[in-house]
Amino acid sequence: MSNQIFGKGPGDKPETSETMKAFSKPNTKGIDSILDEIDSVLEKNAEEFVKGFIQKGGQ
Amino acid sequence: MTINRILGLENEYGISSSKNTDPITLSNRLVSAYAKHTFPNIKIRWDYDVENPLRDARGFDFTRAEVDYSVSTHEDMSVYNFILPNGGRFYVDHAHPEYSSPETINPLDVVKWDLAGEAIMQQAAALDLEENPEDPIRIFKNNVDNKGSSYGTHENYSTLRQTPFNAIIKHLTAHLITRQIYCGAGRIGIGQNSEIFDYQISQRADYIENHVGLETTLRRPIINTRDEPHADPTKYRRLHLILGDANMSDMATLLKVGTTSIILSMIEDGFLDDLDLEIAEPVNSTQLISYDLSMQKTIEMKNGKKFTALNIQEIYLEKAKSWLKNNNLSSQYRLVIENWESTLRDLKIDIYLLANKIDWIAKYQIIQKYAVDKELVFKSSILQSIDIKYSEITKNDGIAQLLRKSNILTQLFEPENIKDAILNPPKSTRAWLRGKVLLKYSDNISAASWDSLIFDVDKTESLIRISTLDPYWGDYESVNTLLEISHTAKDFISNIKSLRQTN
Repeated sequence: MSNQIFGKGPGDKPETSETMKAFSKPNTKGIDSILDEIDSVLEKNAEEFVKGFIQKGGQ
Repeated sequence: MTINRILGLENEYGISSSKNTDPITLSNRLVSAYAKHTFPNIKIRWDYDVENPLRDARGFDFTRAEVDYSVSTHEDMSVYNFILPNGGRFYVDHAHPEYSSPETINPLDVVKWDLAGEAIMQQAAALDLEENPEDPIRIFKNNVDNKGSSYGTHENYSTLRQTPFNAIIKHLTAHLITRQIYCGAGRIGIGQNSEIFDYQISQRADYIENHVGLETTLRRPIINTRDEPHADPTKYRRLHLILGDANMSDMATLLKVGTTSIILSMIEDGFLDDLDLEIAEPVNSTQLISYDLSMQKTIEMKNGKKFTALNIQEIYLEKAKSWLKNNNLSSQYRLVIENWESTLRDLKIDIYLLANKIDWIAKYQIIQKYAVDKELVFKSSILQSIDIKYSEITKNDGIAQLLRKSNILTQLFEPENIKDAILNPPKSTRAWLRGKVLLKYSDNISAASWDSLIFDVDKTESLIRISTLDPYWGDYESVNTLLEISHTAKDFISNIKSLRQTN
């Protein structure tokens, strides 16, 4: 299933990303124990957060 | 021969606030809150007299009109600038708060004093919050905003002046381009403005546009030629590299700096003279490697051969192992070699074996978990927010910080070690003298820089400049007794003068 979900390009329609095929099966055993914690720190409004993350260029 | 190279790391951090206050104001708030509340006695300015960012390592000076204006950091005299008791520097540069680590001589110390910088940023944000509770500042240890802007993580390596700069360009470039497979920090977005939604290995790759050059904000080069050694220019250069990513993983920072330093030593030793690893198109290859998570694609060499990034890294590692047979490396550099070898091995077996060491893999693992569970594509704001949140260091709720706390991301230091590195300089370089003098004689120091200390002992007399041009002098061993017996700044100056006359 994960082969199908990685979108490439601006369109919403998911397509398989070439580079993903090499290891498209996720191995997430190591992080299962802290997923709840990660959930709790993620932005409530992800879209606003991502759009608002604007930096000035540096070196 | 052992490696005794002076090393240092500089980070420009991403910054934002809930009221969207302009970043220069925010950065100034951070530096001033930290300076005021932690070390109120230190009130000095940075001594710019000796800096010359327009000097080029290839042997000529640019005039200011010939380069992008922003190379001239000189002009920003008004911005906040704090010299830290650990010998480093906390200041505002190009609308970012920046931490420059003190000079160290081994890659493990680079990691330690880089972590001290993170902790200082975090503490500064907490102190600022007390003064500005209505506008909390957030800080990010990353390099891109995915809207066109990039800001740097710069590495500094002292190298021997006698080594031709062309030898460094010739033999180091292939390493710098390929090391990203273990020191890339990962990014959702392809292109400077994230024109394509996909995942790539490096944050910085899309902003590298030149092989060799002086500039740092436009046409950023793989090898920067700024020639400001902050040391005796007849003996040393300071190689200033601007292409690397900011790492949250201790091991990634260790490998990034450690492998590069080892390869520089081999170049200085002439050990790579026969190495034929010149890349045909260095800039394109940087991006090709960053986009290829499978690490199967090859890049073309000038001699027509084709190698994967892993092939090239294995060639350097084999060279290093045979060079090692005749050289006595410190335990810190041995740790680098061991982890370099195991990392290349594991990258070939299963990348997830390295989710404890490599940022782009640790981040990718989480993004992929969310992608699968919630059926999301890279265009999704949730996945992009994970990318940014991975690097947040404001108050211990960044994702990489959670991974560290749960030992999913390997940590090389205990909290006590970091606390020590906030307050104390490395004992092995002149940073020791700088940090200690600042605290002990704070009333009589008027300015300082990497290679000078300026004393104002008697208001009726002129300032006294003590040169610290030798980066190895001023270490704990050479000056600790001197500092102990010199109760006042006046004592210190007269003792140091008589010491220098007798030597």
